[in-house]
Amino acid sequence: MIKVSGLKKAFKNTEVLKDINFEVKDGETVVIIGPSGSGKSTLLRCLNYLEKPDAGLIDIGDVSANTERVKKPTINKLRMQTSMVFQHYNLFKNKTVLGNITYPLTASKKFKKEEAVEIGEKLLGQVGILDKSKQYPVALSGGQQQRVGIARALAADPHAILFDEPTSSLDPEWVGEVLKVISDISKKEKTMIIVTHEMDFAKEIADRVIFMADGHIVEEGTPEEIFDNPENERTRKFLRKYTNHSGSIEEETIEPELVTV
Amino acid sequence: MNFDIGYMIEILPQLLVYIPITLYLAIVSMIIAVVIGGVLSLILVNRTPVAVQLSKLYISFFRGTPVLVQLLMIYFGLPQLFPWLNSISAVNAAIIAFSFNTSAYLAEIFRAALTSVDKGQTEAAISTGLTYHQAVWGIVLPQAVRNAVPATGNMFIGLIKNSSLAFTIGVTELLAQGKLLATATLQFFEAYLAVGIIYWGMTILYSWMQKWYEAKINKPYEA
Ligand SMILES: Nc1ncnc2c1ncn2[C@@H]1O[C@H](COP(=O)(O)OP(=O)(O)OP(=O)(O)O)[C@@H](O)[C@H]1O
Ligand SMILES: [Mg+2]
Repeated sequence: MIKVSGLKKAFKNTEVLKDINFEVKDGETVVIIGPSGSGKSTLLRCLNYLEKPDAGLIDIGDVSANTERVKKPTINKLRMQTSMVFQHYNLFKNKTVLGNITYPLTASKKFKKEEAVEIGEKLLGQVGILDKSKQYPVALSGGQQQRVGIARALAADPHAILFDEPTSSLDPEWVGEVLKVISDISKKEKTMIIVTHEMDFAKEIADRVIFMADGHIVEEGTPEEIFDNPENERTRKFLRKYTNHSGSIEEETIEPELVTV
Repeated sequence: MNFDIGYMIEILPQLLVYIPITLYLAIVSMIIAVVIGGVLSLILVNRTPVAVQLSKLYISFFRGTPVLVQLLMIYFGLPQLFPWLNSISAVNAAIIAFSFNTSAYLAEIFRAALTSVDKGQTEAAISTGLTYHQAVWGIVLPQAVRNAVPATGNMFIGLIKNSSLAFTIGVTELLAQGKLLATATLQFFEAYLAVGIIYWGMTILYSWMQKWYEAKINKPYEA
C-alpha cells in the first residue's frame, strides 16, 4: 500500500505540492491527470525521493517516512520500494539493453551475475525485446527503449512502479506497443501510479483516477466518475479540452479570471 | 643552399635515445595532472564551499601565466621559500610545473565532460536503487570519459611538446641534446629539424593511438 499525507514541496518560493493526501491499495492502478505544471511529475519524484519533500508522511510497503526528519538509511529503503519509468526513457547509454537491467541488480541488490541475467532475459522476453539484448540503447526505436525502461523498472521487483508520461515523447507509431506492455503489467496486479495525457488509455486501465491542478488533488474517483460525471468544475473544464475535437489534445490555456483596470 | 641531409640522418640515433626522457616527463606529468584535474573537477561540479574558490584561484593562476614562468618559479623560486626543497632535481621540478599547469586545463575539460552527461542518467541510476557513488562510477563516469577523451588527448600532445621547455632549467632531454649537437657542429638547421621531426613523429603516433581508442569507446553510442 502507498499512503501519502500532508505532502508539501516548494521550489524556491513557489509551492508546487500543497498538502497532498491519497492512498493506493496493493495491486491497484491509479492514473493521475491534470494540466501542465500542476505538480504531477513532482509528486512522483517525491515518492521516489528524486526530490526531497518539505513536509508530509510517505508510507510505501513496509517503509514509513516522516519526510521532515527522515534519515538516509530510511530514504534508501523507501527509494527501493518504487521504481520510475521516465518520459525520456533515460536508459544507461553506456550499457547494453541487458546491461541496463542487470547492472543495477548486480551493483546494488547483490544478485549474482547469472541470476541477474536470468531475470533480465525473462523480463526482456515479457516486453518482447529479447532479440535486442546485446544492442546499445542508441540502436533502438523510442518504443523499444521505453519497453526496456519498463523492464528495468520491474527488475528489482519494487512494491510499486511510477510512470511519468511514459508515451508522451514517443512517435505516434510506437505509443500502442508501450501502452500494451503497461496494460499487461497492470493485469498482473502490480501496484502502479501512471501520469499520462492519454485519456482513452487512462479510462481503460485505471482502477482509480486522480485529477490534479495547482498542486492540489481536486477530485478522485473511478474512471466512470471522473470521465463521465466529474463533480468539480475544474475537472470538467480540463476534460472538455481533451474531448472537444474528437479526442484531440489541445494546449491548456489559462483563462483570465479577473481583469483589473 | 647548404643543407646536409646526411648529417641530419647521422645524428638521428643520438637524438632518438632522448625520447624516453621526453616521454617520461610527459607521461608522469600527465598522470599527476589527471589526478589533480579530476579532484578539481569534482570540487567544481559539487560546488564544495571554500574548496571551490581555492580551486578557481589555482585554475586561474596556472592558466593565466606562462608555463615557462611557472617552471622557473618552481625550480628556482620554491627552494628560496622552502629551504628543504633545495635538493629538488630539475626533472622533478619540471614534472611539478607541467602537471600543475596541465591539471588546471584538465579540471575545466573534466568539469564540462561531467556536466554534459544528462541528469536523467543519474536519476535513473538512483531510481533503480543504486547509491549516488555507484551511479557516478558505473554510469556517469564512463560517459564523461568518452566526452573528455578528445580534449584530454590534445592536452597530452601539448605536454609532449612543452616538455622541451625543461631544457631551460638544465634537463637534458630531446631539445637540449639537439641544441648541444647544433652548437658543436654549427649545423643548426639540420639539428633542429631532426629534433622537430622526432616530436612530430611522436605526436602523430600518439594521435593514431587516440583515434583507435576513440573509435573503440564510441561504438556503443553509434546507431
Ligand atoms: N527542479 C525544479 N526547480 C524549480 N521549479 C520546478 C522544478 N521542477 C518543477 N518545477 C516547477 O513546478 C511546477 C510543477 O512541475 P511538474 O513538472 O511537477 O508539473 P507536471 O504536472 O508534471 O507538468 P507536465 O504535465 O508539463 O509534465 C512547474 O511550475 C515547474 O515549473
Ligand atoms: Mg510532468
